[in-house]
Amino acid sequence: MSIEMKLQFDREAIIQFSKQSAEPEWMLNLRLEGYDHYQQLPLPKLDKTKIDKWNMDGFVPFRTQPSVTAIQDLPEEVQKVLATEDKVEKAVLVQKDASVIYTSLPESLKSQGVVFTSLQAALATHGELIQKYFMQLDSKIDSHKISALHAAAWSGGVFLYIPKNVEVKVPVQAVFYASGNESGLIPHILIVTEANSSVDYIDNYMSEKDQFMIQNGIVEIHVGEGSRVNFTSVRTLNDQATDYIFRHASVEKDGRMEWLLAEMNDGNTVTQNTTHLEGNGSSAESKLITIGSGAQKTDVVSKMTHTGKNSDSQMLVKGVVKDEASAILNGITFIEKGATKANGEQAEKLLMLSPKARGDANPILLIDEDDVKAGHAASAGQINPMQIFYMMSRGIPKEEAQRLIIFGFLAQVVDAIPNKEIKKVLEAAIERKVY
Amino acid sequence: MSQVPHLKIEDLRVTIENKEILKGLNLEIKGGEVHAIMGPNGTGKSTLSSAIMGHPKYEVTGGSITLDGEDVLEMAVDERARKGLFLAMQYPSEISGVTNADFLRSAINARMEEGKEISLMKFIREMDKKMKVLEMDEAFMHRYLNEGFSGGEKKRNEILQMSMLNPRIAIMDEIDSGLDIDALKIVAEGVNNMLSPELGVLVITHYQRLLNYIKPNFVHVMMQGRIVKSGGPELAEKLEAEGYDWIKKELGIVDETVNAEV
Repeated sequence: MSIEMKLQFDREAIIQFSKQSAEPEWMLNLRLEGYDHYQQLPLPKLDKTKIDKWNMDGFVPFRTQPSVTAIQDLPEEVQKVLATEDKVEKAVLVQKDASVIYTSLPESLKSQGVVFTSLQAALATHGELIQKYFMQLDSKIDSHKISALHAAAWSGGVFLYIPKNVEVKVPVQAVFYASGNESGLIPHILIVTEANSSVDYIDNYMSEKDQFMIQNGIVEIHVGEGSRVNFTSVRTLNDQATDYIFRHASVEKDGRMEWLLAEMNDGNTVTQNTTHLEGNGSSAESKLITIGSGAQKTDVVSKMTHTGKNSDSQMLVKGVVKDEASAILNGITFIEKGATKANGEQAEKLLMLSPKARGDANPILLIDEDDVKAGHAASAGQINPMQIFYMMSRGIPKEEAQRLIIFGFLAQVVDAIPNKEIKKVLEAAIERKVY
Repeated sequence: MSQVPHLKIEDLRVTIENKEILKGLNLEIKGGEVHAIMGPNGTGKSTLSSAIMGHPKYEVTGGSITLDGEDVLEMAVDERARKGLFLAMQYPSEISGVTNADFLRSAINARMEEGKEISLMKFIREMDKKMKVLEMDEAFMHRYLNEGFSGGEKKRNEILQMSMLNPRIAIMDEIDSGLDIDALKIVAEGVNNMLSPELGVLVITHYQRLLNYIKPNFVHVMMQGRIVKSGGPELAEKLEAEGYDWIKKELGIVDETVNAEV
């Protein structure tokens, strides 16, 4: 019988965890610095969502888990999303609570120099690269209380490195799983692609039913010159979970960043996604869907920053809210001076399914350059009764008509999910949340 | 359902936003018959079709509608459709993210018992065949429902749905508006292919043009929210040649619209 002692989250715990993980000195120092900031800094300022009463740090820190050697030893739900019908050998990483417990990387990728491992393990092999990039984009160690806590308490995580000219054709998949009560899932995901490479990364977040947990994650992606990254994420954390996820990408010349994000948690969620179009001719597309149910609160910020000339960004945020849920959808397109011929388009759409549901769609264009194109659209409203009438007039029952309309509303993300199993998980989540 | 369809409308009164539009309308349509309702704008033609289908904005305040003796007004819209009513709409809704194929399959499956849904292969074969008749590009199968369709494409899509759903009573509301002559011929051919003793048709139009291609057995003229004159195909020809004034004169009607006081 094992009794889990609730660890005091303090400098001692951090030092012990860092030492036990054989981390380099700089990382330990960074964690401690993060810890100091965490104690002093305020929460991030969100325009329309109050998060000061949310539980941000009520988790057991550094709950490590033993590694497993075979997929069959993973939790059943995890196995489900890792299943493939067509025996494609893929790259897989699974994190349970504080530990990455399983990784596999096909030989063909290894031999090309692709690295896909836990970020903590990569500290030993790619320390310099990690040090250069770790928490250098929008979420810095001293940005706010949540990012500082992340710096202090992160564990496991992903390091994905694609060398020059390597096009990864097999799926690269990660699963993050919270088990038991008061789990802290705090992965840091770092993806670096060198020139003219490409990769499709997909991940899932899931947590055990009725268990309280906190997710505090940061994703940092450096898209190299002429390379392409597709980042897909489907999150289905339970209604006891609080999710803070900050994703950032920086895109070099002619690089391309594609986001496909499905925020299907049942608990409160803050999701901020920023893409920096640094290089000339760089481009990005970001599509995000979310469904708020119960008393859930969701705050979405989707942001594109243009500094590169001829850079192009397309942004779409779609939310469905029912019951007493609220969702704030913010889209920000920022075109800096000098980013001539840049083009930024964005749309935020909100579908309200009940009179007590709340929501807001806020498109913001900030443009400091004259020679650009930009556009935005926003809407918030209920299902058009004429659409329901039209479908019913063909014999489709009302609930089915609503279901079709809602799935249709979310189709731009659902249909684009490249992985069949994960698409099923997403569809089931939509079904579960809407009905 | 081998029985010949029979739609019966008696003394129908319909209001929209507390304004009475239909003021006691009578009409009977049986399988194998093609009826045309003609009349100038504003006489209540589209209100009739919407009320039969159960449009939520229209309130039936009096009279009855039965299909094969069953009370249509008691039925929800989807139930009316499953009993065999079909309305080809003048302004069909656009629905983003729902493909034409998914929509139609849902509509067909809604008519099937659970476990006896149409197979995907059979459905696609069927849809393919019917799209060819209407000279619709295959791509329409996977396009979102009516989204970005031209006026003519929407009309063809309505007729495609009608041909896939095999209604017993089909109502076509201004199906000819916005169609050029070639498209009109194609749509009419699509409708004519479906004519049988199992199908009763009601065509609503204010142009006689359509009736050159879909031949009615019965022609009705609507004014002031009622049918004021009925006849055979010759009535449509006379209207085409002479307009509506002679009827107004005959009946002593000054203003034919529903706004007029009787």
